Amino acid sequence: MATAEQTLDEILTLAAAHFKVPRDKLRPDDDFFKSLRIDSLQTLDLLTKLENHFHVELPDYELQGVSDFRTLAGKIQARL
Amino acid sequence: MHEGNAASKGQHSESPLSWTFTGGVIELALHRAPCNELGSASLAELEKFATALQLMQSDAHALIIYSEIKTGFCAGADLRELYQRSQAMEKTEAAKGVRDFLERIHRVLNLIDAAPLTTIAAVHGVTFGGGFELALACDLMIADKMARFCFPELRLGLIPGFGGIPRLKRDLGNAVVRDLLLTGRSFNATKAQQIGLVSQIVGEGEALQAARGMAAQLRKFDRATAAAAKKFIKPIPHEELRREIDMFCELFARPAVEAGLRKFVESTDAQPYLP
Repeated sequence: MATAEQTLDEILTLAAAHFKVPRDKLRPDDDFFKSLRIDSLQTLDLLTKLENHFHVELPDYELQGVSDFRTLAGKIQARL
Repeated sequence: MHEGNAASKGQHSESPLSWTFTGGVIELALHRAPCNELGSASLAELEKFATALQLMQSDAHALIIYSEIKTGFCAGADLRELYQRSQAMEKTEAAKGVRDFLERIHRVLNLIDAAPLTTIAAVHGVTFGGGFELALACDLMIADKMARFCFPELRLGLIPGFGGIPRLKRDLGNAVVRDLLLTGRSFNATKAQQIGLVSQIVGEGEALQAARGMAAQLRKFDRATAAAAKKFIKPIPHEELRREIDMFCELFARPAVEAGLRKFVESTDAQPYLP
């Protein structure tokens, strides 16, 4: 199973690729709405991308109030 | 080839949807930004399409419904229009307006549901609320792997109003329906296929091509036989659809709904689509 740090790193890489943002511009504690410049519909895109990549199902109500990559990674890690 | 709508293909930026009919296949394209929200203009065009469908369907094998909007298939009812219209009217007038809207969209969706040809929803991205209900009226669903489905109505103090509950009940087990309805959570195409909603998952941007491939297969079959098979296996839950309209209207009259709509419309939250 991937470690929490590996999961976080994969999320940052996926997010950077999907939203065409340089990977080195993203930091674990960034607000992903701001750093990826995404709205709520695009957040759902990110969620789908992550679910498909990690083969997990993450109910979106678990993302309520989550805005940084590290917390998001923790939510994913808990379902791996 | 026949084309429908005020605008011809390629010049339809003013219109929420358009359709073509060629080689026995009707294609209905949704193209209203930001995500094909279904308001009064879209409904009027859907009604025109439904009228045209009744003329075309005796020569057609398949209908494909898809979106040309990148964000998704359809985000559902136009909540901003619903809120603004209901604010501009007396409560009884607003309630009448909502019932009229529901009756009209049910007529359209019932026609699509019962059409004597095979209907395919080719979905991607956001397929929420009324958009999900439009897809559920179709016989088959092909989903891009980035498709996402949701019935978010409970967060507004409402239930799905475009036939969602009866059609879900027809197609899925009751426990699955309760999960989708009562949690308001969204789920992806993989889950949708696991629970039996989606017949095929395809790569990003490939749903329409896959639907066209399926339609080409359907053209090989005798139309009358396909229509008979569909009629046998896919009853229209008319009584429950009527009850759904009544229940929606009862719920809509409560102050909680106005508050929920206002919260959605005025929200500056980055996540208004999340329950």
